[in-house]
Amino acid sequence: MLDTIWLIPVFPLLGAAIQLFFGRRSSNRAVSAVSVGLPGLSFLWALGCFAQFLGLPESYHHVFLRPLYTWLPAGAFHLSNGSLGNLNVNVGMQLDPLSCVMMLVVTGVGFLIHVYSIGYMSHEGGYYRFFGYLNLFMFSMLVLVLADNYLMMFVGWEGVGLCSYLLIGFYFLRKSASDAGKKAFIVNRIGDAAFLLGVMLMVVTFGTLDFQTITAVARNPHLHVGGGVITTICILLFIGATGKSAQIPLYVWLPDAMEGPTPVSALIHAATMVTAGVYMVARSNALYVLSPTALGLVAAIGAATAIWAASIGLVQNDIKRVLAYSTVSQLGYMFLACGVGAFAAGVFHLMTHAFFKALLFLGSGSVIHALSGEQDMRKMGALWHKIPTTAKTMLIGTLAITGTPLLSGFFSKDEILWQSFSSPYGNKLLWAVAVVTAGMTAFYMFRLFFLTFAGSSRVPHEVEHHIHESPSSMTVPLICLAVGAVGAGYLGWPKVLGGPNWFEKFLDPVFENPAMRPALEHTWNLEFGLMLLSVAIALVGFFVAYYWYVKQPGIAERVAAAAGAAYSLLLHKYYIDEIYDALFVHRVEDLGSALAAFDLGVVDGGVNGVGWTTRMSAELSRLWDTWVIDGLVNVLAFVVKIMSWPARIVQTGLVQNYAWFITMGVLIFMVYYLVPFRAFFAWLF
Amino acid sequence: MIPTDYYIFLGSGLFTIGVIGVLTRRNVLIILMSIELILNAVNINLVALSQYFKSVDGQVFAIFVITDAAAEAAVGLGLIIALFRNKETVNADEIDLLKW
Repeated sequence: MLDTIWLIPVFPLLGAAIQLFFGRRSSNRAVSAVSVGLPGLSFLWALGCFAQFLGLPESYHHVFLRPLYTWLPAGAFHLSNGSLGNLNVNVGMQLDPLSCVMMLVVTGVGFLIHVYSIGYMSHEGGYYRFFGYLNLFMFSMLVLVLADNYLMMFVGWEGVGLCSYLLIGFYFLRKSASDAGKKAFIVNRIGDAAFLLGVMLMVVTFGTLDFQTITAVARNPHLHVGGGVITTICILLFIGATGKSAQIPLYVWLPDAMEGPTPVSALIHAATMVTAGVYMVARSNALYVLSPTALGLVAAIGAATAIWAASIGLVQNDIKRVLAYSTVSQLGYMFLACGVGAFAAGVFHLMTHAFFKALLFLGSGSVIHALSGEQDMRKMGALWHKIPTTAKTMLIGTLAITGTPLLSGFFSKDEILWQSFSSPYGNKLLWAVAVVTAGMTAFYMFRLFFLTFAGSSRVPHEVEHHIHESPSSMTVPLICLAVGAVGAGYLGWPKVLGGPNWFEKFLDPVFENPAMRPALEHTWNLEFGLMLLSVAIALVGFFVAYYWYVKQPGIAERVAAAAGAAYSLLLHKYYIDEIYDALFVHRVEDLGSALAAFDLGVVDGGVNGVGWTTRMSAELSRLWDTWVIDGLVNVLAFVVKIMSWPARIVQTGLVQNYAWFITMGVLIFMVYYLVPFRAFFAWLF
Repeated sequence: MIPTDYYIFLGSGLFTIGVIGVLTRRNVLIILMSIELILNAVNINLVALSQYFKSVDGQVFAIFVITDAAAEAAVGLGLIIALFRNKETVNADEIDLLKW
């Protein structure tokens, strides 16, 4: 199976091709059979490949490479250090522990979300289009995670960006949705440009784009590349990651991306695509380790994004927006982990997050489905008994994300907290930020849960009748994901609790690096103490939410009123969209207006000037023609007319005139011959 | 026996009247009649000179001319009818189609 690993992305591509070319004429049943079946097949294939990968002999060094063909044989060129390089970019697959994790998450969670979409999208138009895009996304994402070089990764990277755009704007008749799609695409472009610059810099620095070669070069202790170049590459790549993974300053597109259908939010904007940036930073770990500056930047941006987004999430009223800000915040955690050198912890959180966040999004989709499209949490409440399966799975997701002990989020989040505290690249400030964020996370997640499921019903009367539990195609994926959200954490059972931390050990071949500063030994007391502290803070968040929204409903409004300006600042998301509008969007629009004015004035003016000149010269030409050329011809004609006058007056056309001339002619000749002039003149002289 | 000169004078007089008729009259019918006069003036000459020269050739020619005049009258009248149908006139000075 490993030899045909390329089939994993090809299956969904096939599905996308079938849907987008022939889907319009097929029934919904046929569409779902093809488009859910093929990702399912690719999940099975991924499982098979994974099993074979585990069985590979030691000589493979935990990497399986499957080159397919040379894509860009760019040939020889000079590297930046003057030596001769030879760039060949392959299309090829690389399977190592990191891509194994990503592959399984993408195909597994992706497949569940496909199943869920059967139920969720059953009443929507464009069913085939939705599944076509979704399959295309699966293809792009799998290319991204299975690529063996940066350029092919970039192909997948752009592909997922395209699918994200298409799916956010799925309801393209709604202006807000098409605007959100454009926003996501354009904001991502900024990051992608930086990513591409980083890739180019890698080409001229290393002469290759293969992950394996670059990692090997970067880990070579005799590396002859300046630290500045490495730092530049890392920062450029990281800017790319901030675009795709919604970090400060490019996170603004993700909350708006909630305009897309909920399964899309779950798959693309929570579980898989937005983690591509984390994957890319983890993939480039050998480079990042060489640049403490870049690592520090990643950690700082990660921590800042985590608390920033979490604080916005505290007050949002749209259920999907809360989850969106939560996603941004959790992605910040992942970058924080990468930034403190704990790449394995970041990827671990990526995986657990994929489960519980997909679960939460799908659960919220189920709630929205039950309430006929209502997303405002102020119009929900008391749904616990009405949609029990959704409610219970949502509870599990909420518990997992808030870091309840023995659920997956607990293990991954505490690993990150511990690493940011103890790692040689971390510090106490990063840790403090992360802990406060954990408290906020607990608050806003339980706020969401209580507002939706507990308290008294605020559902409008006419909607109340239609409340129903979702069909099994939606609840079964929820249950599967809930199992994942509980169980995924046990893969990374930490050493401090006597576990093997199998996950970290599995990823070790990808991340172990002699250049890394040696980590502190786990000190049991300290780590356990910090763990208790973070659980306590999460509990505080829980109790505040419980007290405000269940015990004493109404107090929340009073707090909001008391907080006044701060509350409104958070509700308006720090006015970041407005600030960006003022700083960039409107400036770009100004530039556009200026360019339009330039076009209108100078370019059009030039063209018009040329047109005017042509017209004027044509006018001169016309005058010359009329007066000189035509004049000459007319004069000639006039002369002919005058000269021909004697000839013309004879031609009367009257037959009697002609007869006159004939008669006269005859008479003249007769006179000439009959009258003896000669004799007369002879007689005369 | 009337001398041949008289016939010649009569023929040339008749011819002159015919030519003046052809050249001056407006009505196409009159012109046609004047042409008949000219032809008959020629006939008188032919017959008179035939007598004078004691040769019968002139009289034969006169018979030809009479035949020709009959045919010409038929054709001429047909032309005049066709002309009148197209131009609604039989005035020669209103018919200047030869100009073009």
